Amino acid sequence: MSAKAPVEITTAEGTTAIRICTGSGCVMNGSLDVADCFEKTLEEAGAHETVRVVRTGCHGLCENGPVVVVAPDGVFYPCVTPKMARGIVEKLVTDGSYVMDYLFRPAEGEEPIVRYSDVPFNASQQRIVLRRCGVVDPEDIDDALGLGAYDGLKKVLGELDPESLIAEIKASGLRGRGGAGFLTGQKWRFTRDAQGDTKYMICNADEGDPGAFMDRSVIEGDPHSVLEGMVIAAYAIGAHEGYVYVRAEYPLAVKRLRKAIEQAEERGLLGDDILGSGFSFRVRVKEGAGAFVCGEETALIASIEGDRGMPRVRPPFPATSGLWGKPTCINNVETLANVAWIIANGADAYSGIGTGKSKGTKVFALTGKVRYSGLVEVPMGMTVRDLVFGIGGGCGEGLDCKAVQIGGPSGGCLPERLMDTPIEYEALAEVGAIVGSGGLVVVDQKTCMVDFARYFLTFTQDESCGKCVPCRIGTKRMLEIVTRITEGNGEEGDIEKLEGLAIDVKRASLCGLGQTAPNPALTTIRYFREEYEEHISEKRCRAGVCLELSRYVIHADSCRGCAVCKKHCPVGAIWGEMKQPHTISVDRCIKCGVCVEHCPFDSIERV
Amino acid sequence: MTEGCRCADTQEHSGADLALIEPVLERYAGDPGSLIPVLQETQRVYGYLPKDALREIAAARKIPLAKVYGVATFYSQFHLRPRGEKVIRICHGTACHVRGAPEVTRVIVEELGAKVGETTEDRAFTIESVACVGCCGLAPVMIVGEQTHGQLDNVKARTIVATLREEAELARGEIPPSAEEEEPA
Ligand SMILES: Cc1cc2nc3c(=O)[nH]c(=O)nc-3n(C[C@H](O)[C@H](O)[C@H](O)COP(=O)(O)O)c2cc1C
Ligand code: FES
Repeated sequence: MSAKAPVEITTAEGTTAIRICTGSGCVMNGSLDVADCFEKTLEEAGAHETVRVVRTGCHGLCENGPVVVVAPDGVFYPCVTPKMARGIVEKLVTDGSYVMDYLFRPAEGEEPIVRYSDVPFNASQQRIVLRRCGVVDPEDIDDALGLGAYDGLKKVLGELDPESLIAEIKASGLRGRGGAGFLTGQKWRFTRDAQGDTKYMICNADEGDPGAFMDRSVIEGDPHSVLEGMVIAAYAIGAHEGYVYVRAEYPLAVKRLRKAIEQAEERGLLGDDILGSGFSFRVRVKEGAGAFVCGEETALIASIEGDRGMPRVRPPFPATSGLWGKPTCINNVETLANVAWIIANGADAYSGIGTGKSKGTKVFALTGKVRYSGLVEVPMGMTVRDLVFGIGGGCGEGLDCKAVQIGGPSGGCLPERLMDTPIEYEALAEVGAIVGSGGLVVVDQKTCMVDFARYFLTFTQDESCGKCVPCRIGTKRMLEIVTRITEGNGEEGDIEKLEGLAIDVKRASLCGLGQTAPNPALTTIRYFREEYEEHISEKRCRAGVCLELSRYVIHADSCRGCAVCKKHCPVGAIWGEMKQPHTISVDRCIKCGVCVEHCPFDSIERV
Repeated sequence: MTEGCRCADTQEHSGADLALIEPVLERYAGDPGSLIPVLQETQRVYGYLPKDALREIAAARKIPLAKVYGVATFYSQFHLRPRGEKVIRICHGTACHVRGAPEVTRVIVEELGAKVGETTEDRAFTIESVACVGCCGLAPVMIVGEQTHGQLDNVKARTIVATLREEAELARGEIPPSAEEEEPA
């Protein structure tokens, strides 16, 4: 399967498939009902034998859900309702064509785009990890097998010994997608070379970044890509037992993963004597219990062992002493989903994508103030700007893009002027951000950068396991300082205090959580220092986010004097004659915001 | 050690029917790494982790109660107190944060009179915050029971909470005052 085509739409000869997304976002928008409606209407029309309804994982464009793509032509319908479903089926069975009115239009009045792969959101994507996401039914292994699942494993078990397998993965240049970017082949090498008969292979699906859903989408959309990668990795390092550690909040992923394991075992692709090769590998699913730090590998191991998920000092690294003290290899979901593709298509094909030391593709959860948010996969080396504007369509709503936050609580904020930085491990590190696991949040003028730093510090402070002092106390003190700045109590010298503390916390913390926790604060200070200064010396929040530093105002030019706000204000803080612009008394206002909710003319704003 | 530790003795007994978790304890009896799944299943049984159940787990697995308590309090999934009939989980992921989750939270907290992490006095609702629920495209998002609500703003949040409260009152056999005066929207 070619990596070039952004979305492969193939069906068996003479059949049509209606692919409807049943990822979490689309389900929320009612896609399950729509899928039922498709089936019912097809049956009524007597077309259920030739047209199949496939409930797939995420197609990517979550913003326009429920997403429906009709094969073989790849016709794309956004925001499909049951009523639209009936119309689509009707047209399909009468003349095999599509309903013009329901097609996607980039903007009101613009020409519609017929094929899903032609939508700007998809045009410059390159799908390796997501090769079968949105195409196959994740609960039906035959769908996946029909599109090349386990071909890589067959090749490995038939043609490669562990040594040449490791060499191949090394040659591909694949680096870990869990955050640290460690060379995957190298990690396998270390675990293979470690002393010991029993070894473990663990897939890290803890996905803790609070603004990201890449790994979840991969598991929900194509669990076999991850399982296949795990078996191959296990073969490379010599493990016969493995775990997938899944985040507690992902019940659907757990369900699909369990089903996939069952089906793979039935087909002899997992379990004892895989494909008659003599190699055996069993996988168990472990559900996390809600702790961000358990994404860290030594904490994850402690958690599987049934303990509090507290990290420990490394070395020894898990590769030599991991689960139950045995050599253990831990890889991220996305890392593993790349593996089978590399084997099937060759290391050269993979390393031909990307740049310098960053090879292949990266999946991002593109979210925030961006026109098209969703799941995207792009070649490494693409600029942040191309990702946000080319694929995401920019900020929309007439506001300017202010910054992008990459890498979540461990990552950094890049200002708009640095958006031409390419997505590469080294280039991003240089400007203070990280490739990270793939959370990419776009923010506009309505986001206060000090509040944003406070948001991430609140998260890391809350999730700090408490074992080491720099992280436990350091992040707490940092949070206190940032909080007082947002509350209007900032003092001269606070910024410097933050910077000093940040350096200490980074240097002295035990694990990656503390070592990276100051990054969001540091990068916002580095690129948006003036906002911190305004909060401290002018007691002003330019975004109107920090409650204590902002006030509600009525714009006289658009206020029609309807008095609705006056009627609803619980403290009588609004004055004005009928049909004349009203005003809010700063002294009386308790900033409850009720007036904004009720203003029919959007004339009230917090500034 | 279990006898020596008195940390949970100050609380009255929760009156939980411990027979309900016997099968769980049996199933995981020989598995040393299974404390977390045992707690997860126990919570599935009672809706939370009653003190008695923690004691029972410690005794059955022959580990100190302190260890069971330590694990139960480490992970945010576990609750040591009963929760409301409906749990309102407001997403505080990054995307939801920048698209207005703090405001939505403020409204819900105000409407229900309980803070995040707390349960309303009538035990009808618990408010929780969660990190990204994977629907960032529809941010801000909240999940009530099985149902997800997206693209929230203050007005929408207020309406949803009002509906939930009416449902809760109806379920208890009380007639919501608004039902008499106003037509439903
Ligand atoms: C606080 C913290 C949280 C982490 N969370 C995750 C996570 O959710 N998923 C993940 O794959 N790796 C996470 N990591 C990175 C892992 O420790 C580990 O490096 C990674 O799983 C290795 O896999 P890879 O080499 O395939 O990237 C986290 C690290 C730290 C310090
Ligand atoms: S941040 Fe709320 S759904 Fe992702």
